[in-house]
Amino acid sequence: MLDISDLEVHYDGIHALRGVSLNVGTGEVVALIGPNGAGKSTLINAVSGLVPAASGAIRVGNDDLTRFKPWTVSAKGVLQVPEGRQVFSEMTVLENLQLGATALHGRPRDAGVEDVFELFPILEERSSQLAGSLSGGQQQMLAIGRALMGSPKLLLLDEPSLGLAPVVISQVFAALKKLKEQGMTILLIEQNATLALELSNRAYILDQGRIVLSGDSADLAADEGVVAHYLGVDAEE
Amino acid sequence: MLLQQLLNGLVVGGVYALFAVGFNLIFGVQRFLNLAHGAVFMTGAFVAYYTVEAGGPLVLGFLAAVVSAGLLSVLIEIVCFRRLRKSGDAEFGAILSSMGASLVIMTVWQWISQTQVVRFPFDTVPVVIFRFWGLRVSLLQVIMIVAAVVIVMIMAWFIYRTSFGRQVRAVTDNEKAAMLVGVNPNRTYNMTYFISGALAGAAGVLVGLAFNNINYMMGEPYLLFGFAIIILGGLGSIPGALLASLIFGMVQTLSIAYLPSGLTTAFIFSAMFLILLVKPTGLMGREEAGSLRGRR
Repeated sequence: MLDISDLEVHYDGIHALRGVSLNVGTGEVVALIGPNGAGKSTLINAVSGLVPAASGAIRVGNDDLTRFKPWTVSAKGVLQVPEGRQVFSEMTVLENLQLGATALHGRPRDAGVEDVFELFPILEERSSQLAGSLSGGQQQMLAIGRALMGSPKLLLLDEPSLGLAPVVISQVFAALKKLKEQGMTILLIEQNATLALELSNRAYILDQGRIVLSGDSADLAADEGVVAHYLGVDAEE
Repeated sequence: MLLQQLLNGLVVGGVYALFAVGFNLIFGVQRFLNLAHGAVFMTGAFVAYYTVEAGGPLVLGFLAAVVSAGLLSVLIEIVCFRRLRKSGDAEFGAILSSMGASLVIMTVWQWISQTQVVRFPFDTVPVVIFRFWGLRVSLLQVIMIVAAVVIVMIMAWFIYRTSFGRQVRAVTDNEKAAMLVGVNPNRTYNMTYFISGALAGAAGVLVGLAFNNINYMMGEPYLLFGFAIIILGGLGSIPGALLASLIFGMVQTLSIAYLPSGLTTAFIFSAMFLILLVKPTGLMGREEAGSLRGRR
């Protein structure tokens, strides 16, 4: 589904990604974990066309996304749920969801507003409220729902747990688990390695712009030394 | 009498609204003061005049004016603003470049019109006077108020009720998130500038008809009034611009009727300062944000 090879990205004067190769198969949930500043968001933004790639390829199907504009990337069904939710705060919950369908650009739709409401019932109750008035967790649900409205072939999630209370995090991740069971292809960026390894099939560990380790999530999670070294999981507890 | 003056004020306010709403739309969406908006308005008046002069019906002149003013406004965005916007902090630069565009457009029309004041032929709008309840309303006034109301309503419907309008508001609210849901911001900006220019062009034709005086400088006082209106109404707020336009129209008409004529402008701006003393963000403005614009 997604095949990244030798990706180099310079961002804000920093050599942010140094020859990253990574792939995500159809129906797979892959986690990209690593410390702050490792280049995780840069990678996802390069896929979305927000950050230009210096060299390398980002293949989805027959397309190389490195020369695509953000709106053409989403037209291909590669949809990002950005860090910090980035909902349209001056617009209603319903309008946010309707805007999500813009990404279809004529592709057939898999999910409608009612499916999003089924996944996140709280959004139905709040559908006529301004998105800016929602709590952080509700905004995260809205941001995910908005992406689902565009029938993603590949869902890119950037730090969905960031800044949320533990009980809310488990609600969000329960929803992601449902999406996984429905066969959604997901690339998940997370600082919370424990959560990410629980949800994903496979994982890559990114450090200072390079992939330093990859493998089955269960194996990585079991290897306490490796995880603690690269991710400082203890600090997350 | 007072009621008659209020009615006249409503007509003037309606035309101000056409001008100011478009002016404020651009500010609301991009935080740019488009100082070429007066020149776009003037262009609309000239295009309608030359269409009628060439034998076309007024309706055709009106449509030609609306379309060409809209396209001119899009051109201004591409030439004056697009590069600046990409450079980031460009609010001041945009003021200068649009001022330049304004001078260029005015010079072109000065050249075309040979610095002459031109007038629509006498019976372009038949002189028909309606009388009721002791009021006197001309057909032209009826046309002006109906055109203003219909055009502003169409614009409001477009911005607040259509999918494209939703995209415009999304780009205003959060450009990055809008791109991620598949919105091409350049396309929405083009459409926003087209609407803004089309409204100005319509206002230009109506003012040209009402005062029967079309010249290359006619946009300048409207730019000043438009600026005062959007500050009074609240920067970026469409309902605020509507309300402030009506207030301005009324105050102007009443002060012309009841005060020495030289005091009109002074009176209008004093009224504006008084309101701003009480409410610095304008009547419907919010702290740092307009109704169209959210925080990044």
